[in-house]
Amino acid sequence: MIAFHARPLWLTIWFAVVIVAAGVLSTSAAAAEVDFGAVVKSLNARSFDNKHTAAVSLAEIDHPRTVLVLQTMLDGKLYVRRRSEQVVFADKLNGGGFHLIDAVSGDDLGSAGRRDVKKIGVNNQLRKALRGLIAALSLGDPDPSARVDAIKAITQSADPAMRDILQRHLEGETDTDVVAAVQTAIVVFDLDADDPDVRLDAIDTASSNLSAQVREKLTAIARDDTVTPALRDAAVLSLDRIETRVNQYQLVETLFFGLSLGSILVLAAIGLSITFGVMGVINMAHGELIMIGAYTTYVVQLLMPNAIGWSLLVAVPAAFLVSAAVGILIERSVIRFLYGRPLETLLATFGISLILQQAVRSIFSPLNRSVLTPEWMSGSLEITSGLAITYNRLYILLFAGIVFLLLQLVLQRTRLGLEVRAVTQNRAMARAMGIRSTRVDILTFGLGAGIAGVAGVALSQLTNVGPNLGQGYLVDSFMVVVFGGVGNLWGTLVAGLSLGMVNKILEPAAGAVVAKILVLVFIILFIQKRPRGLFPQKGRAADN
Amino acid sequence: MNLKRYSATLLSVATLILTPVALGADTIKVGVLHSLSGTMAISETTLKDTILMMVDEQNKAGGLLGKQLEAVVVDPASNWPLFAEKARELISKKKVDVVFGCWTSVSRKSVLPVFEELNGLLFYPVQYEGEESSKNVFYTGAAPNQQAIPAVDYLMDEIGAKRWILAGTDYVYPRTTNKILEAYLRSKGVKSKDIMINYTPFGHSDWQSIVSDIKKFGSTGMKTAVVSTINGDANVPFYKELGNQGISAEDIPVMAFSVGEEELSGIDTGPLVGHLAAWNYFMSVDADINQDFIDQWLKFIDDSDRVTNDPMEAHYIGFKMWVEAVKKAGSTDPTAVQDAIVGISVPNLSGGIATMMPNHHITKPVLIGEIQDDGQFDIVWQTRGTVVGDAWSDFLPGSRDITADWMPPLGCGNYNIKTGKCSGQNYE
Repeated sequence: MIAFHARPLWLTIWFAVVIVAAGVLSTSAAAAEVDFGAVVKSLNARSFDNKHTAAVSLAEIDHPRTVLVLQTMLDGKLYVRRRSEQVVFADKLNGGGFHLIDAVSGDDLGSAGRRDVKKIGVNNQLRKALRGLIAALSLGDPDPSARVDAIKAITQSADPAMRDILQRHLEGETDTDVVAAVQTAIVVFDLDADDPDVRLDAIDTASSNLSAQVREKLTAIARDDTVTPALRDAAVLSLDRIETRVNQYQLVETLFFGLSLGSILVLAAIGLSITFGVMGVINMAHGELIMIGAYTTYVVQLLMPNAIGWSLLVAVPAAFLVSAAVGILIERSVIRFLYGRPLETLLATFGISLILQQAVRSIFSPLNRSVLTPEWMSGSLEITSGLAITYNRLYILLFAGIVFLLLQLVLQRTRLGLEVRAVTQNRAMARAMGIRSTRVDILTFGLGAGIAGVAGVALSQLTNVGPNLGQGYLVDSFMVVVFGGVGNLWGTLVAGLSLGMVNKILEPAAGAVVAKILVLVFIILFIQKRPRGLFPQKGRAADN
Repeated sequence: MNLKRYSATLLSVATLILTPVALGADTIKVGVLHSLSGTMAISETTLKDTILMMVDEQNKAGGLLGKQLEAVVVDPASNWPLFAEKARELISKKKVDVVFGCWTSVSRKSVLPVFEELNGLLFYPVQYEGEESSKNVFYTGAAPNQQAIPAVDYLMDEIGAKRWILAGTDYVYPRTTNKILEAYLRSKGVKSKDIMINYTPFGHSDWQSIVSDIKKFGSTGMKTAVVSTINGDANVPFYKELGNQGISAEDIPVMAFSVGEEELSGIDTGPLVGHLAAWNYFMSVDADINQDFIDQWLKFIDDSDRVTNDPMEAHYIGFKMWVEAVKKAGSTDPTAVQDAIVGISVPNLSGGIATMMPNHHITKPVLIGEIQDDGQFDIVWQTRGTVVGDAWSDFLPGSRDITADWMPPLGCGNYNIKTGKCSGQNYE
């Protein structure tokens, strides 16, 4: 002690500084590691607020595993070991249990049972915040589209601190799309700015942005009594402009919805139109043929789990073949004995539909099966801000068009088509001309059933794949065929599209239930007036 | 070799002859009235298996009153009138002592007169719209105040929802629940222009315009939430459309009352992540008793991919309560069990206690979960204790004054406090 006092004060200070500096230099790497470990551990907090705080401090640590840990947490795969409280990445194993990897070091920890680990849960707010944090860290991504996505996520997270990060990012940015995205994002942040002029400018610019977030903020400003009248008026004006645009887009949207519903009706009905129209067979099992197509999609996806994107392309021909085979089996085993006896056919095919449903329940279980949607069919195509068309509907609309054209081609340009048309118009005469009507019957029924299967592939992307899938579409299909005129493909097309359109125009005003009833009433009245539908068959055969 | 086969045959013949005698003479029969075919098979088959598992477990533990239990399974095939016929068959012909069954409200309404006429016992395991209390029925699922009301409270207090979309399938449960919710929201000061009610037919699959409407309704600057009573099959296309139109759970959360683990196991859960469900039990509940139950179930059903869900827990609780009541009464006589069961407490699967109340409803905790990618729920909120099931909602004008109490001196399922009258069992 005395010795220290003897030393001059400046020397003591200098000595201390040197020691501290050396310590910092030598241990900084280890300290960061310890820090990282401690912060990762603190993610396992009880309340979501504390988890949020921990995630924010984690994002501030420049560590190679930071993004990985945050992403794993977002994906819901961050767990904690019950006994040691060690934070781990857990992957579910087939047949129960988890495979564990240490979150801090990345060491493989082997597998563990369900009881050994506990999940670090996230809720919606936390998920949004995590997405923002990860996005901020990935602004440096070399891929411009990844940067645009990151900027969108940052805007969504609505964290005011992010504005400066974006502003700084703008300086070094060269890609024009990214610059535009950043500018839009900054406008959104500026709507909450303290400076009234900045705010006013932002409100003005924002009127060209139709995103829900902007509308929300503008509405809030328009309702806020604490802001200046000028701001409020500007907000109201901007909102008005947005409203007009939205209403215009809504019209376009409704038209698209109608077309889309119509295309599904056409797809479901067109197979029936062939069997019903050509052969006069009321096939109550038509819905189940659609269902078989959907289950074929499921099986195809099971067989090629690593290529979901391609699975649908494989499923289309597969479903056609499977459903066609089942259809031909039904025709050969039951229907051919009942030609010309519509009531018996109706009952027999109804029985077949029940058998098929229960068969599917026994083979696949009564539970719905999960058919995955490929990446390219998810999300929507943004035409302009505020007008977006969902991809799955768009593809199905195109698909329905292709199926229709192919079918027309088969019926108009091939020998089979010629024979089918001949049999449709007059069976006896066609037979007299040397057409083997039995063969035509088999092929026609197979064709109709196959098209139903193809419709099933499309429907598997929209609705549940379960034993009851077909039932919902049977009545609709009959409606379309009867309305369009039996045995006329163009009639089916026009009827399907117009019924879809009418339904969607009525729906916003009348509600889904009433809209459906109105359409049904309309068809009943229409059939009273024109019993043969929109496009009745002409010729002598139509008279008997 | 020959001798072996001969003796084996002899043995099986002997078993064949002996078994019915052994079973017929000294077993307690447990009826199972769940659809194993038709549209409801998807949900109800699991419940049949749950009861079979419980019966099996009870038998391994020495049976009940010194007798073995025997499950009698019938298939009402999702056909409502057939439910009544099968119920009559179970009670009058098969002489069962208790029935576990029904899923839809309409099937329950269909069997109700049969149980009341023949004085049977029915344990009903599914959340329902309330407005009913029968002497012969024990409601082990949630009443609206044990699911719908707390869920709306959560959306209001935790999420800050100001605008409400009540979307449902067009039948009795959503209509009644939405009526109660609308009255509740109005009592909380929500204006009618901030409530949108929408009904769709069963199995509705084209959600484009409705989702577009929801989007529009939710873009007015006030936090909007959807309360969904949409039934089973229509849910997948609904959530898919929400996802495709770019509405995430963070923008407009959907709180569902009929989407559970079983429903999620058959679908691509990607678009659903973050949306909410309110139940009284989740498979992800962190309790030892739940882990034991899951292990027991996976072993019984012999498939490690199967899940457990809320109605299964309700059957678990109902079965345990019935066993305790039979032990207490010392007999399986329905009237004795009806008297004995009120006040019986058994552990539930979330680490608490379920008690049978005099109105034949039970106490339950309410849990809110967010849907995860793996088809499970992350529990984000739960009530502190348990909530007592309320048969007659306090938020509907007609039922506010009605109370149910099957204990003496009242002994009535719909007693009007104001008029002091009991209006009989078949109150509508």
